[in-house]
Amino acid sequence: MAMQMLPPDWPGNFWAHWAIFTVIILVFVLATVMVFIWFERRALAIMQARLGPNRAGPFGIFQPVADALKVMLKEDIVPAAGDKIVHWLAPVVAFVPVLMVFAVVPFQGGAILADLNIGILYVVAISSVTVVGVFMAGWASNNKYSLLGAMRQVASVVSYEIPVVLSVVGVILLAGSLSLQQIVLAQDIPFILLQPLGFLLFFIGALAEINRTPFDLMEADSELVAGFHIEYSGMKFALFYLVEYAEALVISAIVATIFLGGWRGPFLPPWLWFLVKVGLVFFVIVWIRATLPRVRIDQLMALAWKFLFPLALLNLLITAVEILVFPAVSPWVLVGVNIAIMIVLVILWSRLFKLGGGRVNV
Amino acid sequence: MVGKSKAMEAAKEIVIKTEPFVVNFGPAHPSTHGVFRMRMTLDGEVIVDMEPVFGYLHRGIEKLAEERTYTGCIPLTDRMDYLASMSNNFAYVLAVEKLAGIPVPERAEYIRVIMAELQRIASHLIAVGAFLNDCGAFMTPFVYMLREREKILDLFDMVCGQRLTYNYMRVGGVSQDIPDEFIPALKKFLKEMPGWINEYERLLKENEILLARAKGVGILSRELAINISASGPVLRGSGVKWDIRRADPYSIYDRFDFDIPTGTVGDCYDRYRVRIEEMRQSLRILRQAMKGLPPGEARSDVPHLIRPPVGEAYARIEAPKGELGFYLVSDNSIAPYRFHVRAPALINLTALSDMMRGWKIADAIIIFGSIDICMGEVDR
Repeated sequence: MAMQMLPPDWPGNFWAHWAIFTVIILVFVLATVMVFIWFERRALAIMQARLGPNRAGPFGIFQPVADALKVMLKEDIVPAAGDKIVHWLAPVVAFVPVLMVFAVVPFQGGAILADLNIGILYVVAISSVTVVGVFMAGWASNNKYSLLGAMRQVASVVSYEIPVVLSVVGVILLAGSLSLQQIVLAQDIPFILLQPLGFLLFFIGALAEINRTPFDLMEADSELVAGFHIEYSGMKFALFYLVEYAEALVISAIVATIFLGGWRGPFLPPWLWFLVKVGLVFFVIVWIRATLPRVRIDQLMALAWKFLFPLALLNLLITAVEILVFPAVSPWVLVGVNIAIMIVLVILWSRLFKLGGGRVNV
Repeated sequence: MVGKSKAMEAAKEIVIKTEPFVVNFGPAHPSTHGVFRMRMTLDGEVIVDMEPVFGYLHRGIEKLAEERTYTGCIPLTDRMDYLASMSNNFAYVLAVEKLAGIPVPERAEYIRVIMAELQRIASHLIAVGAFLNDCGAFMTPFVYMLREREKILDLFDMVCGQRLTYNYMRVGGVSQDIPDEFIPALKKFLKEMPGWINEYERLLKENEILLARAKGVGILSRELAINISASGPVLRGSGVKWDIRRADPYSIYDRFDFDIPTGTVGDCYDRYRVRIEEMRQSLRILRQAMKGLPPGEARSDVPHLIRPPVGEAYARIEAPKGELGFYLVSDNSIAPYRFHVRAPALINLTALSDMMRGWKIADAIIIFGSIDICMGEVDR
């Protein structure tokens, strides 16, 4: 399979390439986010035995458009005692990094804005910046609910970044490169099979990072009402809403790229394979949202430090040993071994957890 | 170097000091089940103190009732626990019948039991659904349970034309006999409902996150539960086998065969389990009542204006939320002289502050949800 290792010369020069891909990414992200919003509401509704949006257009497909129009006409309210500048900046700071991550996501062989040789590191680093925006929002609103939500977010991200990064390192070891394009090219067997434990840890950590159920503590509808964006209205609120779904899109795209083999697959054109995989991951996220209750903040921390972190270290060790000591073994044997190791480790480690309780003496 | 050491000295002087702060939950909050308000004193996420504030839905029902005829009070009782209006009607008419010594036809007794048990299932569906929703299971269990509640509401709609405030029971019977299509519809419901309950159980009963969130959380000890005179699933969740249908049988409950499910430790999970099991027991009672339903009148001959003799009466039933009692005083006029309600939701709430102290905000919400209150009844 003749793949181009570098961004292609098409469409001629660097600036044209940059401009065209930036426009494509912007349009892709915004359009996909709209489809995702519709898809999530519709899929959730079907799972919950109700109809969901069904008025605007066929199957309610234009509902996000109607929502966007409505939200643009809404009054923008800034709390009187809030920090006006930070309040204004927060949605921007939250939104821009999410968009920036797409610069290194390969939509198909060579269709990438910038094939950075530190691609995955860039993704991990940039996507964390969103938290700053969230914390700014929570602080600037001058609202106790917002502050609680923002503090939960900061605390959870500090705990979750580490297992997420460690589980990605396993993939990097296998692929021998940090470039997302190279990682895809290295996946003759999708890494979800070679790195089942890494995938599990990454996915759990990613759910916590993008604040989806069961880790949606920072917005926790039944506790903090809306968490950090409780004081936002109009277009600023819409930006936070976009961030939420764009983050889900980012995580779906990253999971599809580094674990599910990116654009690679038989029969269908590569870009379609990529979209199908992204949609599949997003569907799983929606499915989890429809099913699971929410964990508590201390349980979230315990899960991160006592479960994900040690398992991520073990996963790294096992991967390194497999690569160094058994380089000649067929990868399909390793697939079986790794899946067995994952099942054993997860069962053993979950035995260590005590369910329930957690009262603090006051 | 000089600047740096100065900065370090300054840093040493800053002592990180934390102090509790007060957060106001409600009265308009998605998890307050109405207009309950909690003033929580928090230390970070931990609740140091909680002060409940209620009265936002006070309509003076007890005083209003003193101006109405005995029959005219029935619609007022609908508006107390609006999630279980049939039970309110039931307790009230029992009190009036006790006061005035009015007999009730056999058929009406059976119809009343059928309605009360259907109402218990409907109310528990909301209670469990809202509790799971408070746990963060985003709407799914709640919507599933509303779907089944809807079927019960259809049954009620059949007998009295109302979906929320039924005003169905009358002193000396029920307002009208059940229509012909009711029994087949009830049969269908009884056949399908166990499957639905199993569906909720499959969804979340053994879910690790739910266990982690609800097990051992918000423990109401047996002693405290008895001391605050808690009742209903809250009391039974704490392991006390007390059900007025058994302990002080009213109407015809002594004829039915059913178990009283109890919990062991009195945590949120036990209260949730007790409610699910009670739904199954209610189905058992419904099956027996449907089989035994005799023909005959659905209402005895009662004068339009009831003038009970001077005296007082207290009647209590096992409502979905606990012991619902009506205390009536008569001065031989057409209106009650005194109309007092023992509202289970209000009394079950008294332990809330003790149950919440030391837990986190997230726990406070589910502890509150597991008590299952209805503000219409708390404030009256």
